[in-house]
Amino acid sequence: MTSPNPAPILAVRDLLFRHRGARGPLFDGLSLAVRPGEFVGVIGPNGSGKTTLLMLLSGVLAPQGGEVALGGRPVRSVSPRERARMVAVVFQEARILFDFTVLEIALMGRAPHLGAWRLERPQDFASARAALREMDLADLESAHLQEMSSGERQRALIARALSQEPRILLMDEPTAFLDLKHRLQIYEILVRLNREKGLTVVTTSHDLNLAARYGSRLVLLHRGRVAADGPPATVLTSELIRRVYETDARIERDAESGAPFIVPIAPVR
Amino acid sequence: MPPLTSRRLALSIGALLAALALSVAVCASLGSSRYTLLDLLRHAADEETAQAMILRVRLPRILMAALAGAALGAAGAVFQADLRNPLADPYILGVSGGAALGAFAATALGLPAIAPVLPVREAAAFLGAIATVAVLFVLSSARGRVVPYPMLLIGVIMNTVYLALILLIETVVESSRLHGVRLWMIGTIPIEEYGLIAALSVVLVLSLLGLASYGRDLNLMSAGEEAARSLGVTVERTRVVTVILASLITAAVVSVAGPIGFVGLIVPHSARLMFGPDHRLLVPASALTGAIFLIFADTLARTVMAPTEIPVGVVTALCGGPFFLWLYRRQAGGGYFQ
Repeated sequence: MTSPNPAPILAVRDLLFRHRGARGPLFDGLSLAVRPGEFVGVIGPNGSGKTTLLMLLSGVLAPQGGEVALGGRPVRSVSPRERARMVAVVFQEARILFDFTVLEIALMGRAPHLGAWRLERPQDFASARAALREMDLADLESAHLQEMSSGERQRALIARALSQEPRILLMDEPTAFLDLKHRLQIYEILVRLNREKGLTVVTTSHDLNLAARYGSRLVLLHRGRVAADGPPATVLTSELIRRVYETDARIERDAESGAPFIVPIAPVR
Repeated sequence: MPPLTSRRLALSIGALLAALALSVAVCASLGSSRYTLLDLLRHAADEETAQAMILRVRLPRILMAALAGAALGAAGAVFQADLRNPLADPYILGVSGGAALGAFAATALGLPAIAPVLPVREAAAFLGAIATVAVLFVLSSARGRVVPYPMLLIGVIMNTVYLALILLIETVVESSRLHGVRLWMIGTIPIEEYGLIAALSVVLVLSLLGLASYGRDLNLMSAGEEAARSLGVTVERTRVVTVILASLITAAVVSVAGPIGFVGLIVPHSARLMFGPDHRLLVPASALTGAIFLIFADTLARTVMAPTEIPVGVVTALCGGPFFLWLYRRQAGGGYFQ
């Protein structure tokens, strides 16, 4: 981001978090600020705290110490419904009970905008259908989730998040189970929403090359700390990959996009 | 199934109410004595007998069956969403078993004989059911959070313990004292005063309204606990309030009619097939479907071997047991045999 720096839309300060029954804290003093309109990729090896960080950012988990601030306010002072109007989350592997249709799933995103007794209004249907069109699911609105491919299911869950009309979209490994085409498709949609609508996106990823190609900023987590934070080229270096991922890798540069991409060679013994 | 609109909601509930009224009329005309509703309208010669038979014997029993079926059907739908388990049901969870133990213990201690005018057995059954829910919550929570997954297994174990305690009481206490409660325990729709029926109706309707206001939250919880949280649902509060309301109506009807099994399992699944999974419609639809189901089950129970009556709990268990196994096999898929 160039100056003048806008105030962070989402920030954590001095985060302290320990999982139930864990010996030590996962995060002890972690700080991170996301500014409006950023597209942040959170990367790091298994167990580095990516998913937990996302849950803390979304307010689904509460930290034992430190503060999560949403739009400059402590997230504890924001009601869950108000929070849900600002932040949408797409989690990994959602097991949905019962036979809801794709349209019903997308309509669930309207919940934070409606009172307990209120049925979805025409504008809620419009918003859910727009999200389904965005995700290329308009023809599948009466299909049941169980009968869809994992790519379509994932897109339905992203459509639910979009129909929430959030300012911030948090995603946990949105492309983990998807094939090449659907991975690129989802990232392209996210980049477009980020550019056209100013949607702030924070997504975790195991796919370093995808994260580097689409994210304007990478945050590399290592054992609950930020090991590196900046443009992809400064984060994906062979020294950092060696230290954090314990893997020897060669870093090359994609001639067309200029994004770095890594070629893993061997695990460090 | 198209998504829920106020039109679909009104049409579905209206159709179910009409079906319920028809069921009441048909079953009020069925019985071991051959009086029908038409005898009342026609002013037949034996009008008074017909009136007594239908208005004082059949109708209160039909209404009681409707209340019990409505409460158990709605409670089943709510438990299944709260526990994230399609096999949940107040009977399997031990709520009904807790009521049975309460009633048995009170009767064995001779409490009803001490205060014959008070509904002591019913009160003890009610306390037993509520205590079971409290124990379920305590045993399945960790650091102030209720974890739904172990609840069903805990309920099954509690049922087993309850049965052992009931058998123990039976062995120790002289059996003549337990005759009435034994019949109650299998599940029998009693002929109750209209006052009690009205009181139960009020409790049921208020609880159903309370549950309906959580309908959307229950939908979101079906999509995953974290997803529900991220969509603004206060999951703990929703779970505690809805489980307590569902247990309250279960306890209220079970304390009167006995622990009738499997209604809470069969009914929500059938209602989901007919009306879809949206809990804003599913909960009231399960209540109305449950009422219709139990009216017919009880009519079957009192007519099929007339003048001998089968306890309605036998009818529902004979339908429900196989249904549960079929459902479990289908749910578990290949995992059933691993």
